Amino acid sequence: MSVPAEKKEKVSVPFDYNKYLRPNKLPHIWCPGCGHGIVLKAMLRAIDKTGFDKNDICVISGIGCSSRTPGYVDFNTLHTLHGRALSFATGVKFANPKLKVIVVTGDGDALAIGGNHFIHTCRRNIDLTVLVFTNATYGMTGGQYSPTTPMGSQATTSRYGSIEPPFDACEMAKASGASFVARGTAYHTLELEKTIHEAIMHKGTSVVDIIDACPTYYGRANKFKSATHMMEVIEKENTVNVKQADKLPPEKLEGKFLRGVLHKIEKPEYCEQYESIVMEKAKAK
Amino acid sequence: MSDRYELRFSGSGGQGMILAGIIMAEAASIYGTKNAAQSQSYGPESRGGASKAEVIISDQIIDYPKATAIDCMLAMTQEACTKYHGDVKEGGILLVDSDEVKVLPEGKFRLLKYPITSAARDELGKTIVANIISLGMITELTGIVTHEAIEKAVLSRVPAAFLELNKKALQIGFERAKTLK
Amino acid sequence: MADRKKKFLQGNEACVEGALYAGCMFFAGYPITPSTEVAEGLSVRLPKIGGKFIQMEDEIAGIAAALGGSLAGLKSMTATSGPGFSLKQECLGYACLAEIPLVIVNVMRGGPSTGYPTGPSQSDIMQAKWGTHGDHPAISVTPSYVQEILSETVRAFNLAERFRTPVVVLYDEILGHMREPITIPAPGDLEVIDRMRPECKSEDYLPYDEKYEVAPLAPFGAGYRFHVTGLNHKQDGFPTNDSKQIGANNLRIMSKIENHKEEIWKNDELLLDDAEVAVFTIGSTARSARFAVLEARKAGIKAGLLRPLTIWPFPEKAVRELAKRVKAIIVPELNLGQMILEVERVSGAACEVVGINRVDGEPITPMQILDVIKKYK
Repeated sequence: MSVPAEKKEKVSVPFDYNKYLRPNKLPHIWCPGCGHGIVLKAMLRAIDKTGFDKNDICVISGIGCSSRTPGYVDFNTLHTLHGRALSFATGVKFANPKLKVIVVTGDGDALAIGGNHFIHTCRRNIDLTVLVFTNATYGMTGGQYSPTTPMGSQATTSRYGSIEPPFDACEMAKASGASFVARGTAYHTLELEKTIHEAIMHKGTSVVDIIDACPTYYGRANKFKSATHMMEVIEKENTVNVKQADKLPPEKLEGKFLRGVLHKIEKPEYCEQYESIVMEKAKAK
Repeated sequence: MSDRYELRFSGSGGQGMILAGIIMAEAASIYGTKNAAQSQSYGPESRGGASKAEVIISDQIIDYPKATAIDCMLAMTQEACTKYHGDVKEGGILLVDSDEVKVLPEGKFRLLKYPITSAARDELGKTIVANIISLGMITELTGIVTHEAIEKAVLSRVPAAFLELNKKALQIGFERAKTLK
Repeated sequence: MADRKKKFLQGNEACVEGALYAGCMFFAGYPITPSTEVAEGLSVRLPKIGGKFIQMEDEIAGIAAALGGSLAGLKSMTATSGPGFSLKQECLGYACLAEIPLVIVNVMRGGPSTGYPTGPSQSDIMQAKWGTHGDHPAISVTPSYVQEILSETVRAFNLAERFRTPVVVLYDEILGHMREPITIPAPGDLEVIDRMRPECKSEDYLPYDEKYEVAPLAPFGAGYRFHVTGLNHKQDGFPTNDSKQIGANNLRIMSKIENHKEEIWKNDELLLDDAEVAVFTIGSTARSARFAVLEARKAGIKAGLLRPLTIWPFPEKAVRELAKRVKAIIVPELNLGQMILEVERVSGAACEVVGINRVDGEPITPMQILDVIKKYK
């Protein structure tokens, strides 16, 4: 896994990723230059910061490149069907609310085939952490356009430029009722680690839209020079931290994605609400 | 087939025909000593449209849960009467609500008419209990369950606030049926 | 004497009683006629015992959440009807391959498509076996009476937990909505099987351990950090491209059922000893058939009834033996000929096989069956 040089080395002791990986399941399937490995590392550092026991963590995915993540990490892991990660996760969490459930999903998995589950998971505000790896591509099937592919982009199914407006996962999550919505990128890896940590610690449905790059398909089809070039253009230049956004004139924000915690509210959580009914019924006996 | 006693309650969705069927079957099997099976058929809508409930009462295992040759049928609407009376057997009873059923079918059955809905409205102030008056009438006419059993079954199925109302409705049913015998 | 309550219940209500008797603690589903009363009943009952009920956003989410509940260690169920059963098929296959216990109730209604939601049908018999893609094991139980819906739901849970596989409870709209007096069994009256849990150290745990036909299944969160996937996998649960392992695992999930067919089969036989003509059918149609057979006997015709309570795996042995003894097997079914294909396959040319079919939303009547039986007087 290649990690971009970070501005400040904050970690004095090298982080022991093997504590959370299943080393004998590596190497992973991701291509050189893919951002998923960087996101995985940020996720593991964030989990480490929570101090939760590995036995209490459950990582659940759907289908796609990012959805292979559970196989590599040493938790209770579940690799489900295309689009259905959130439904399986709802079942696991609801059956055993003590588990910390993290869903790892791609933009196609979460927003297209699993779009309905995404909306309703947010609406219930069940305590799940949803990490959407947004690379604007169906990588596993060879680079078709996805629900986050920018208009005009090339893909193996949009050879004349995509004519579909893309979804904004954060806007959708917020509108659907998620109580924590954030965005990060693979480029801003320390910021991402902090955001994921905050998402896991938040009670309720937490959605983190994580912009990363698919140099193999999206990059080549859209004439990016390299993986690092993609990171610079898509992740660095095209995003602004929400805290800096206020200071910038509107023209500097046009077409750019905001990073950081975009929405955070206190709201009743599904399992707790259900538990209060159970307690009430138990008292009535 | 002689060991089967078949009843059909028919009307429009929302008139309580299925509830009437359930109560009759419970009177026979839970508050009586017989076996009973209740089935129903209706359209995709839960209100309106012809609806029917059927009850088979027997001393033995009940296989076919639907009516084959009906001993007693109730029709609360014209549509239900026209649509469903064909299965009433020779010598069987067809009780119609004469408030609603104006075109009377012909057949070798005993046709009995009574203004059930107006009795519910005029005497109890609630048309909703027309189905309970019908149950009283059918109990009295057929003797297939006892007065005690039907009363227990009715009272176990209606809300506590309406026990007296339903008791009265049942009583009205018993009495009016005597006038038809 | 133990307390055994007599109740007058609808088929779908009896299914609720059966699920609770079996220890079901998780239900996820989506409303659909004519199965909705199962969900409604459990939405009232489960919270009272600390069980989990959730109405999901669609049919797929219903079965997927139920599978999640099962992996977290709870006995889980979902309920549906034809259109929803179609939508659940991909997850059903997942349960077969990932070997996750689950009970799926399918109250069959008229089809195809939206069809006739309040009319009975038996047209999902083949879907229960072949609905999901890929070769896979299938168990379906087929009750005929309200009391049996309770006991067969219990048996479905037992089979699901025993064999770590999805089990379909298949009955039609008539049974789902009709009411009969039933006795609620007291604890101990019916056998209840719980899934095998691992006793080994966590580092030694293999969720698909080949030394078992059916390996113990740990619940998520119990200290066994294992992996579950819908990809072909090795005994440790991780994906594999090794053709030897793929083949072996695909055969094992079939053979764990095949090798125990005798244990899974359950038939009810009526007057078959001297029968010259037999009726083979399930569900509410079997009630019409029993009526017809008894009437035929009164008329001096040697008729009998073979009523399988397990339709999948297909009761090959019983049908094969029956075919050798009778002139004809009559197969009434509320579809255009599904079970009959299996009866023909198994009986070979040993006897005549005749279908009676109906797809107009009405039941097959005893008289329809009796008329065909009479041809074999």
